[in-house]
Amino acid sequence: MTAPLLDVRDVTMRFGGIVANRNVSFCVERGGVTALIGPNGAGKTTMFNCITGFYRASEGQILLNGREGPQDIGALMTKPITGGSHLVTRAGIARTFQNIRLFKEMSVVENLLVAQHLVTANNLVSGIFRTPAFRRAEREAIDRAYHWLGEMNLVEDANRLAGELPYGRQRRLEIARAMCTGPKLICLDEPAAGLNPSETRELSEVIQRLCSEHGQTVLVIEHDMGLVMRISNHVVVLDHGEVISDGTPEHVANDPAVIAAYLGVSEEEVEA
Amino acid sequence: MEQNRFLTLLKQALLTFTVSLVLFGPISGLVLDGFSFRNELTRAVLLAAIVTAGRIALSLVGMTAFGRSIAGKAAGNGSGVTVMTGREKSPVLILALIFVAGLALPFFADKYFLGIAILALIYCLLGLGLNIVVGLAGLLDLGFVAFYAVGAYLLALGAQYLGLGFWSALVIAPFLAGLCGMVLAFPVLKMHGDYLAIVTLGFGEIIRLVLNNWLEFTGGPNGAPVPTPTFFGLEFTRTAKQGGVPLHDYFGIAYSADYKFWFIYTVLFLVVCLVVYAVERLRVMPLGRMWEALREDEIACRSLGVNHVFTKLTAFMLGASTGGLAGVFFAVHQGFVNPTSFTFFESALILAIVVLGGLGSTVGVIAAALVLTILPELLRDFAEYRVLIFGVLMVVMMIWKPRGLVRIQRPAFFPSTAVKDSDTAPLAASPEAAR
Ligand SMILES: Nc1ncnc2c1ncn2[C@@H]1O[C@H](COP(=O)(O)OP(=O)(O)OP(=O)(O)O)[C@@H](O)[C@H]1O
Ligand SMILES: [Mg+2]
Repeated sequence: MTAPLLDVRDVTMRFGGIVANRNVSFCVERGGVTALIGPNGAGKTTMFNCITGFYRASEGQILLNGREGPQDIGALMTKPITGGSHLVTRAGIARTFQNIRLFKEMSVVENLLVAQHLVTANNLVSGIFRTPAFRRAEREAIDRAYHWLGEMNLVEDANRLAGELPYGRQRRLEIARAMCTGPKLICLDEPAAGLNPSETRELSEVIQRLCSEHGQTVLVIEHDMGLVMRISNHVVVLDHGEVISDGTPEHVANDPAVIAAYLGVSEEEVEA
Repeated sequence: MEQNRFLTLLKQALLTFTVSLVLFGPISGLVLDGFSFRNELTRAVLLAAIVTAGRIALSLVGMTAFGRSIAGKAAGNGSGVTVMTGREKSPVLILALIFVAGLALPFFADKYFLGIAILALIYCLLGLGLNIVVGLAGLLDLGFVAFYAVGAYLLALGAQYLGLGFWSALVIAPFLAGLCGMVLAFPVLKMHGDYLAIVTLGFGEIIRLVLNNWLEFTGGPNGAPVPTPTFFGLEFTRTAKQGGVPLHDYFGIAYSADYKFWFIYTVLFLVVCLVVYAVERLRVMPLGRMWEALREDEIACRSLGVNHVFTKLTAFMLGASTGGLAGVFFAVHQGFVNPTSFTFFESALILAIVVLGGLGSTVGVIAAALVLTILPELLRDFAEYRVLIFGVLMVVMMIWKPRGLVRIQRPAFFPSTAVKDSDTAPLAASPEAAR
């Protein structure tokens, strides 16, 4: 049995007196969709920030089992001088944000090109003199950008400003941008928030395609239970910063603790 | 309806009159006379009346259809950024024309005008440099003049102590200024907006104060002389002073002081062209894109693996280098440097150039630099009101063109034909593989 791609072990995150996460442990298996759900303020986004290197967990370990063996996210962040959250992305974790963070005054393609800065030729001299190597790298980057735009049905918007796009398209553009970094694990923070039903359906197809066609591992935070049940293989439920349930979607949906803490009301509404 | 309009107009007029009276009262109404003052309130009332009349006239014009259409036009196109369509005509012809015209300028212009042109080009350089820092990377730098001073004093003091010439200074200045930029920036780049502005402001003042007070080394307020430039051993002075041959002797022509200015202008013009080219390239290069992305959203940048500290550092250093270059030209043009040329006002002027030009727009910055240096020369008769006109210009700009003179255009990108034909996923070339 291979090790899980991401292994979160006993992570506790404190902000002064507030404990946002307490002894959270779960695994993200390769090639599947893992969903992180829970009521508002349960500490889901905080967990994401720890995983993607924006916060340093107060206690515990987060291990990414990449090609170079297990890497500790916390250690990447606290590396002297060069350390920081950008190293986590380079190790293979990309993310989107609960509040969309696009480069609004840049074009859609440029948004994707920035994400590929690791493979383009960043050398000043080669860029100014447009060496063949520079042009080849640039061409490949543009093609890759168009590839992901195609995957997300955004090709016709390629040369528009990112800030001009409708909300649903901005959401998908953010996913495309994260995919352009070539991640092993992509973390989506409430990708369906603010989308209408048809956009949500489109989004779930996009996520499923990521898994089935590209073998992408996805970790997703979502409040839309319909979407979660449809796409995920594995669900982790957080409440008050603690894991209260962990298992397949069916297992979680029937878990009394989850129904009491989170699903209860909506289940009743469905039955009524 | 008519009644209503008349009432609002009256209200406006009254308000304007009161405000301007409050303003002009102490400024123009009280004239200092020895230790006491004279009362000239009629003057203040007159001024306030003029302002009020102007305000009413504006309102009346604004009520007509013609006025409304003008206002609509002015406000409408102020909305920032557009993406090109990729079908624009290439501006090569116009650029070539400008280039030739620029090179030919010395043959038409007199010495006075050439001097202004040199100054304008120096400000172009400064504007382009600061534009990298403020316009592209979004780091507010209020002490840019420090790097300008570094360049200028490098030539002056280098010549005095190390025997540096114009050309070697021109090569060293970008590196030295860049180094200063790095030394300053490294500890402060983790700060944001306002803090960075204050630290850079302090740095600018420190450099000026050091230049002013380190008498033995820099000559203090008396300044330091700068040698004239040389060109392959040819000198531009009447008699050779730096071990070369005077230009006019070499070619057997009559001596003229203009040759030096021609020379400086031509070199400067070429350098400006190079810098413009480099800056324009930067905007479609990964580095330039990362700067702009950092300006837009730093957190998103970090989530994409951009090392924000190093990226900001490069912006700061490249901006500083350009400032250093400008300093060398300033020194060689003046033939003399002293600390009064490097005050905060200068930093503010350069910042004004960048803001007026439209943060991030190369064409805008050049246009603003030309306007802001040539305009004061044309307005010599109004020299006393220069700063006033400046202020009015700024306020008007901020109201009608808050995004600067020139609209920023973003480049368009299209996939290479290979992808369109065969729909093979370029996944094989994923970042992992390329790394
Ligand atoms: N930077 C911070 N400083 C202090 N407290 C914080 C910080 N970030 C989050 N918290 C607290 O941690 C708790 C968890 O917040 P978090 O944003 O992770 O919730 P969430 O599960 O993402 O909720 P939602 O579904 O509304 O997005 C909240 O009580 C919040 O107030
Ligand atoms: Mg959240």
